[in-house]
Amino acid sequence: MKWNARTWTWLLIGGPIAVFSLWAIADNTRLYFVTLLNGLTLASLYFIVASGFTLVFGLMRNVNLAHGSLYLLGGYVGFFVAEKTGWWVLAVAAGFLAAAIAGLLIQVLILRHMQGQDLRQTMVTIGLSIVIADLLLWAFTAQVHQMEAPEWLQGPLRGIPLIKAYSAYRLSLLVFGVAIGIFLWWLLTRTTVGAMIRAGVDDRQMLAASGVNVNLVFAITFMLGAGLAGFGGVIGAVELSMVPGEDTRLLLASLIVVIVGGMGSVVGAALGAVILGLAETYGLAYAPTYSVVFTFVILILVLAFRPRGILGKPA
Amino acid sequence: MSAAQWRRAMNGGLRQAEAARAPRRSAQPMAGAARVVTPADADPYAGSDAPRWLKFLWRTLSARHVFVLALVLVFPFVATPFMTFQVAAQSLVLGLIALSLTFLGGWGGMVSLAQMSVAGMAGYAVAVLGVSSTEISLGWPWWVAVPFAVLIASACATVIGWLSVRTEGIYTIMITLAFGVAFYYLVLQNYSVFNGFQGFQKVYPPEVLGLNWREPLPFYFLSLFWALVGYLAVKWLVRTPFGIALQGVRDNPRRMAALGFDVVAHRVAAYAFAGLLAAVGGVLLVWYNGLISPGSVNTGWQINILVIAVLGGMRHPIGAFLGAVVFVLLQTFAIDVIDRERFNLVIGVVFLAIVLFSPDGLLGLWAKLRSRFGPRQTVNSPPSRH
Repeated sequence: MKWNARTWTWLLIGGPIAVFSLWAIADNTRLYFVTLLNGLTLASLYFIVASGFTLVFGLMRNVNLAHGSLYLLGGYVGFFVAEKTGWWVLAVAAGFLAAAIAGLLIQVLILRHMQGQDLRQTMVTIGLSIVIADLLLWAFTAQVHQMEAPEWLQGPLRGIPLIKAYSAYRLSLLVFGVAIGIFLWWLLTRTTVGAMIRAGVDDRQMLAASGVNVNLVFAITFMLGAGLAGFGGVIGAVELSMVPGEDTRLLLASLIVVIVGGMGSVVGAALGAVILGLAETYGLAYAPTYSVVFTFVILILVLAFRPRGILGKPA
Repeated sequence: MSAAQWRRAMNGGLRQAEAARAPRRSAQPMAGAARVVTPADADPYAGSDAPRWLKFLWRTLSARHVFVLALVLVFPFVATPFMTFQVAAQSLVLGLIALSLTFLGGWGGMVSLAQMSVAGMAGYAVAVLGVSSTEISLGWPWWVAVPFAVLIASACATVIGWLSVRTEGIYTIMITLAFGVAFYYLVLQNYSVFNGFQGFQKVYPPEVLGLNWREPLPFYFLSLFWALVGYLAVKWLVRTPFGIALQGVRDNPRRMAALGFDVVAHRVAAYAFAGLLAAVGGVLLVWYNGLISPGSVNTGWQINILVIAVLGGMRHPIGAFLGAVVFVLLQTFAIDVIDRERFNLVIGVVFLAIVLFSPDGLLGLWAKLRSRFGPRQTVNSPPSRH
């Protein structure tokens, strides 16, 4: 084995983590594994929201800073549908659809007219996020909304080795995350639309020149990206409560996830989400005061050594 | 006409007018889409050996400068204390912070959302080092605490800049946003230094020269002084060789690098200077509010600074103050028109409208109106060199 830079990197990053893990397992096995599961479930929520963000960015070079607002919109719509109908599945679908339609409107009515003006598009999405956040505050007030998990996911799941019992709903988040990941993989690699999106990420003009309706591909991608934010909003509404301000939190999480993982890469989003989710929960469990600083240190380290993110490619 | 000259002539607008007025190195006449200023003819001091500053003033001062200066000097004596303090002084302070973003964005091409955080760092430093109602404060005298605060904030701004300039354009906005929100969560969760959610209360300006600087009139002139210093500093800096090189870096970093300019160093220096402006603004802001808490540096305020800068227009330093005046007026008087709670909606819609219909802000709107209704402006092409 050659001792090149890569090995050293792994050793420098992996070493302290391994030492910490060994100490933590010896110290309190259950806490360590519960935190691990907490981190992974949080990561899968982050992944669902951030994958939409990174998909839109990868194709359109458009940083949609209204992504957090779409997350909150989906959450609220899902909450009220669930309250009216009592069907959780319907709520999830409604949240997805509401955010997707909002995203489609934003794309078709506004962003399409300023194609290629990155900065202006970003500013427009900032303006939209202010307006949407205030409209949501107006409509749903500042009180905390908490959604209930569907009955079949309520209560803890017992009999798991090492950690004994764990919330069934949180575990289902993990399933959702994996399912969305597989779905995106299938969509991007096995379907025509996916092929178009991948081609668009690499070269938009060439894609248009080969006779593909790029505007349609853009609209579909934006819809999907926004819909994923709304979907995340509904399933996140059970675990994290919905209050004004959550939009910024999830926007920040998405930003960090894609900056760390690499912009425009879905695999990068998964990697970034796992890193951020684990760092946040372990930080919260073992060093509560400095949990934010951990996230920040990771961000700085990645930026200092890989300015385009771990899996990022030059734009 | 060569391609470069053509491009220069077509660029037009305020920047062009400034370039035409800027002191010239070469004897070549410059193409100007705006009115061509010919200082040599109108300058009575040209031949005489009057001091340089007098010549400079004669060339640069025009009626509107004198008018605006007279207006801001007379304003506090005719307006109510409420207008002086809540509207005018707040506009000047917010304008100074927005000016740092205007400088970065307009001349450096880097839109940073962390400027409010830099201002907040200065404010927090004043509160922590100086005097407040909290026990954490170290109670240093103001003449030690304030320079330290400005220094700390500028240093942080430099570090933020150094990390952000590794990224380009659109990435910068995201990374600086991430820095800003991280700072927000840091001050929110840390109780030992930043006093968490509570923040610091009763952070007042000191009593110096027998004046209470929190009174509307003294505070107004304090803000006006620093706003003017910031404004003139930006005006001066963008004409120095550094400023010109920075604009070159904004327009074409690769070409500048090929010419032997250190692109990263210029950008980091721009961040440092902008940080200095924001830090001074931050100290004034904490004195204006009398308190600082995580709420003063949250995402809303980070974005408000961007709103102010974009609202006014990023092509001229006055835009920041113009935007601030409009912002503060909206903030103060939107209550009368609609619900107090809906201020964000109003400002969001105004911001959206500006971004959608006039990317150069109110200044761009003004320029458009002037070109349509104002006196006809001649386009002179320079004599062909071929």
